[in-house]
Amino acid sequence: MKINKKIAVSESGFVFDSSTGDSFSVNPLGIEIIGMVRDNKTEDDIRKILSEKYEVSVPVLEKSLSDFIGSLRSAKIIED
Amino acid sequence: MAKLHFERPIIKKLNVGISNKFGSKTEFEPITEIDGVDIKELIVKYGSPLFIISEKTIRETYREAKQTFESRFPKVQFAWSYKTNYLDAVCKVFHQEGSWAEVVSRFEYEKALENGMPGNKIIFNGPDKTEDDLKIAIENESYIHIDHFDELYSIMNLSEHLKKKPKVAIRVNMDTGVYPMWDRFGFNYENGEAWEAINKILMNDKLELVGLHTHIGTFMLSANAYHIAASKLADLAYHIKKKYNHTIQYIDMGGGFASKNTLKGAYLSGLDTSPTFNDYAEAISSALLNSEIPPDSLPMLILETGRALIDDAGSLAGSVIAIKKLSDGRRSTIVDFGVNILFTSFWYEHKVTPAQGFTQYSETSSMYGPLCMNIDVIRETITLPPLKKGDNLVVSRIGAYNMTQWMQFITLRPKVVMIDLNGTTHIIRNNESLKDVKGLESVPEHLKKISK
Repeated sequence: MKINKKIAVSESGFVFDSSTGDSFSVNPLGIEIIGMVRDNKTEDDIRKILSEKYEVSVPVLEKSLSDFIGSLRSAKIIED
Repeated sequence: MAKLHFERPIIKKLNVGISNKFGSKTEFEPITEIDGVDIKELIVKYGSPLFIISEKTIRETYREAKQTFESRFPKVQFAWSYKTNYLDAVCKVFHQEGSWAEVVSRFEYEKALENGMPGNKIIFNGPDKTEDDLKIAIENESYIHIDHFDELYSIMNLSEHLKKKPKVAIRVNMDTGVYPMWDRFGFNYENGEAWEAINKILMNDKLELVGLHTHIGTFMLSANAYHIAASKLADLAYHIKKKYNHTIQYIDMGGGFASKNTLKGAYLSGLDTSPTFNDYAEAISSALLNSEIPPDSLPMLILETGRALIDDAGSLAGSVIAIKKLSDGRRSTIVDFGVNILFTSFWYEHKVTPAQGFTQYSETSSMYGPLCMNIDVIRETITLPPLKKGDNLVVSRIGAYNMTQWMQFITLRPKVVMIDLNGTTHIIRNNESLKDVKGLESVPEHLKKISK
């Protein structure tokens, strides 16, 4: 998976799709995940990094991550 | 190194349009404690969900209301509305503060007696009082508020048998300019029915007419309706004196004062729209003081307000069970408290606040309870920080009606704790067990074995 080339992401969590004009607001962890996708990390890599960094159970992390990536896909921010 | 707090990642599409001048986010600070007691520790100790009552808030609210009325009217007496919350510990706080008891059933009447209320400090309201209920109330010299003529005749008969003169008031319903008019209880003012009842009582000597009572509605957002009602009752009291030379000892204005909750469909928050105790007190006392009743024979003013005195003192702590996505992409949050224990969700847009810290990000979701029923909706839409399974929430202002109208449906009802003035927590109602529920059941002999 990779970030759509038409997508611009600011450090403050503002995401802009220049092809559609849509804009989105993303919270800090969301920005961190988008950054990791940009660095070509896989979903598994991201899960491991977050699990070590954050106080969260494995099921909650897995569910939250797959849910978020699903939202990024449906917003066409990432593509496979 | 300690791990960081995890806030679920969220993305929200930004829509350009007219911005909402009232904002969309409602919660800016978490509720992590009540009266200095940590919410999460309470949940660990007593379970989730958990009803929490603040004794401090009850006493403060009561004292504020009492002081507000007493600063305007010489004789004021509160009577605690049992149906609003009849947990013994709650009733006892009100009784310690000086409240009488206002009951609407034999069950509540006996609860009041067991809570130490003498019979002559119990007001017995309601349309359903059996002959036996009335007999006990007459013998205990309680104030019986007559709802209909059938009851009036029953009391007259009983007074002959018991050789006692029952102390009674009549409940009067009336047009106060508020729709819908509550005319199903008591005798109507405008059509002369109230006078008919008064004449019947005062033209024979069997009953002692001590008071006039009204209860004009519930969650009354207009204080002026109370002004109209008090004026009409004062007019009755004045003309009773004139016609029969009989002094009415008290005027009971009932309850119905709104709390600060927000009604469903309301545009503005209840915090901004509900009248204050000052508004109600001014409306009622000015009507009585400006009536034709001479100042030296003003009746006592009785108030049976329940909701406005207890709502703020009650909170419900609970937990997030799951976060789901609905078919159209909307979020839904499933929590472990449903409409079975939070009955007021049918009327209010309850204030729900996370019990842990959060960032400025928020998302809109529906909030559903745990019951396997489509009606189990706590909030149709609510904007909260991103929540995850296991997070805790606090629903505020739930002290009124929930702990009396709750239902043992599908599951067992949780504990209720009270935090006392020293910050010590007491269980005032234990959680139900399967044994409690099954204890009332019995199975016929031929059904005891399921294999033939």
